Amino acid sequence: MQLTINGKVENLDVSTVMDVLKAKDIDPQLVAIEVNTQMIDQENLETTSLKEDDKLEFLFFMGGGA
Amino acid sequence: MSFTEEQITRYSRHILLPEVGGKGQKKLSQAKVFVVGAGGLGCPVAYYLGAAGIGTIGLIDSDVVDLSNLQRQVLHHTPDVGRSKTQSAKEKIQALNPDVQVNTYEERLTAQNAREIIRQYDVVIDGVDNFPAKFLINDACYMENKPLVHGGILRFEGRVMTIVPNESACYRCIFKNPPPAGVVPTCQEAGIIGVVAGIIGTVQATEAVKLILKIGQPLTNRLLDFDARTTTFREIRVKRNPTCALCGPEATLTELIDYDEPEACAL
Repeated sequence: MQLTINGKVENLDVSTVMDVLKAKDIDPQLVAIEVNTQMIDQENLETTSLKEDDKLEFLFFMGGGA
Repeated sequence: MSFTEEQITRYSRHILLPEVGGKGQKKLSQAKVFVVGAGGLGCPVAYYLGAAGIGTIGLIDSDVVDLSNLQRQVLHHTPDVGRSKTQSAKEKIQALNPDVQVNTYEERLTAQNAREIIRQYDVVIDGVDNFPAKFLINDACYMENKPLVHGGILRFEGRVMTIVPNESACYRCIFKNPPPAGVVPTCQEAGIIGVVAGIIGTVQATEAVKLILKIGQPLTNRLLDFDARTTTFREIRVKRNPTCALCGPEATLTELIDYDEPEACAL
C-alpha cells in the first residue's frame, strides 16, 4: 500500500504499524510514531492497522545538546 | 526603569521594530531566562540572549571546557580549556553586554534542585546532552508552569519544539520515557557538525525572545526538524496526548525522577 513516511511516499507490503517497523528494521524503543497526526502508543503498534495514503511520522530520539 | 543613551543606541535595532519598541526592550531587560547546559546549544542561546539585553540569564553546567568542545561551543575560547563552563560563558556574555546579570550554577540539574531553580525564571531552555535531563527539565517546567524551549542535535540534524504547559504538547506527549541507556548514540559517539548547534541554538533563542515579547506564533504543537545535509526544515504537527503521564487528564507523574545516569554526550 502507498504510505507517506516522514514526508516521502513509499509503497510497502504491510498492514500494521509494526509491519512498517519490521520492514524498515527499526527498533520500536527508539521511535515515537504518529499516524495521521495521532500518536500511537507502543502497546498498540501491532493492532494499529494502516490504510492507503496514511501519513506516518517516525520521530527518533535526538538527545544531543552539548 | 528607563534606558540610558548608551542602552538606547545598543538596542536601537530592536527598538526600531514596531513589535518591540521601547516597551518590548524593557520586557527583555526584565526577563529571566534559565539555560540548562553551557555547551553546543547553551552557548549560542546565551550569547544571543545576552546580546538582546535579557536582564537575567541563569546558566547551569557542572563541566569544564574540553578542547573537543571548541568546534561548536562558541562562548568558550582556547585559553578556557580546563576552566568552568559557566564561568567561561559568563565572562563572554558580560564582555558583550555588561547590562546582563548572569547567575551561574556549577552543578547538575537534579530532581532535588530543578523546581526550586526553575521557579525563579520566566523561560527555560533545554541545552542538555542526555535524555534523563531532557525528561527532568520537561517535567520540572510543567510542574512549575514555565514555558520551555526544547532542543536536540545529533550528527547533521537538529530539532526544536516550544512547550507551553497546559496549552501545548509536552516532550512526554511524544516520548513517554527515556530510551534504554546506550541505545541512542550520543554526540561524543556519533559526532555533530558544529554549526548545527548554532542553528538550533539560535532558533531556541528566537523562541525565547518571542515568548517574552508575546509576538508571533510560538513553535508549539510543532516539532521543527532540521537536516543540514539537504538544508531542509520539516515541521511535524503534534498535539497533546490524552495518555500523557505528565500533562494528560489521568496524569500519574507528580514527582520528578532522577533516571539512572546514561553515558552522557560528554562534550
